[in-house]
Amino acid sequence: SALDYSPAKHYVTDDIYTPEDKVINYNNFYEFGTGKSDPVANAQGFKVDPWHLTIDGMVEKPITLGYDDLFKKLALEERIYRLRCVEAWSMVIPWIGFSLADLIKQAQPLSGAKYVAFETLYDPKQMPGQRSRFSGGGIDYPYVEGLRIDEAMHPLAFMAVGLYGKTLPPQNGAPIRLVVPWKYGFKSIKSITRIKLTDKKPPTTWNLLGANEYGFYANVNPEVDHPRWTQASERRITTGGLFNQSRIPTQMFNGYDEVAPLYKNLDLRRNY
Amino acid sequence: MAFRLNHKYIIALKVVIHLAAFIPLLYTFYLASIDQLSADPVKALLHFTGISAFNLLLLSLLVSPLAKQLRQALLINVRRLLGLYAFAYALCHFLVYIFFELQLNWTLLLSEIIKRPYITVGFAALLILTALALTSTKTIQRKLKTKWQKLHNWVYLAVLLVALHFIWSVKSDITEPLIYWAMSLILLSQRKDKLKQWWQKRKRQGQASKSTS
Repeated sequence: SALDYSPAKHYVTDDIYTPEDKVINYNNFYEFGTGKSDPVANAQGFKVDPWHLTIDGMVEKPITLGYDDLFKKLALEERIYRLRCVEAWSMVIPWIGFSLADLIKQAQPLSGAKYVAFETLYDPKQMPGQRSRFSGGGIDYPYVEGLRIDEAMHPLAFMAVGLYGKTLPPQNGAPIRLVVPWKYGFKSIKSITRIKLTDKKPPTTWNLLGANEYGFYANVNPEVDHPRWTQASERRITTGGLFNQSRIPTQMFNGYDEVAPLYKNLDLRRNY
Repeated sequence: MAFRLNHKYIIALKVVIHLAAFIPLLYTFYLASIDQLSADPVKALLHFTGISAFNLLLLSLLVSPLAKQLRQALLINVRRLLGLYAFAYALCHFLVYIFFELQLNWTLLLSEIIKRPYITVGFAALLILTALALTSTKTIQRKLKTKWQKLHNWVYLAVLLVALHFIWSVKSDITEPLIYWAMSLILLSQRKDKLKQWWQKRKRQGQASKSTS
């Protein structure tokens, strides 16, 4: 359904948007199958209302948002972000939501909190991929992700509840998902039920699955290859068919240079 | 009276193979060109041509055990066609990779072939299939005599390389590649006597060369 939001102002781009039908028909969401077209096929009955999103852990005031709160608690704005998948393809997507920092502030984080841990809904009845290791790509569900607290509080880190002017389709992570545009797509965890502030580095799903291929940071970095393919360039999913495909150079931090200060003391080769 | 395939059936079977192999290839490329083949036509084409090449290669390896089992010696006549289509699909797979995935970035192609083991083995398999396709005519077969069979036994190595290429290329879910490994090993096990003979001969040759040196 349609959303009430202020159109993109600060976070815009000259890039051509990836067409809506490609954004909603080509997804990695292993809870609904490991193929790119499985989520759209298997997620349509997914029930998002009622929903509970809890923010707890090292906070002054733990809170739980219900389904309606997701769209009303904070003012919604549109942001156009590039999304770079670790598989070396990318999209340009108009998201709708609010900044993650504003959400976390609602719970009043304690000064000892160093990390933010995220968790996807665990509901094997609704999510066929969670029923067995075979159907879910070997992942030990629920899917978990994490950010350092300063990354989470960066103005770019975004919680999306919609795209292309409407609420998120289930395959894109309804009703609420993370979007961290300077990191590979798998960091942007979907269908979140819990956000927990902690002083310990939280486990992250793809890192558990293959630590030599997927690190905790997963910052987009053209200089550090995935062991099995180059990350120096990417193919933009755009309009047009086979003969209109473009391979473009990948930019450091996916072009979001403003996050560079977060990592000035970090060896990004080792902390990939 | 037992049913026997005659030449008419073989011709009909070949026509069926041509139609079943060529039309989907053409149609899939057409869909990709008008942007009707998933959101990422390049990935879809890569997967389609790759998996079809593997299917055809396995089918070509199924021919001789099947001919023996069913006592239909003439069936062997469709093997070359299946093998050539396996090669054609593998070549398309490689060309899609060069033209549309890498966009003719030749230095990248070279470094990927060298640096990425799954691409290295895939490329090696393609080289073997190319050699087999180039020597597949009756004339060359007659010219090469016993060497021809030796050369074409390389297909057993090719199928293992292709299976390795597939399992190394997937991100996490290896169910499908494992099924293909099982099929490949079953088909190779049909040749176990032949492979054993070849292995023992190599061992004997190895010992012989050691004792002479």
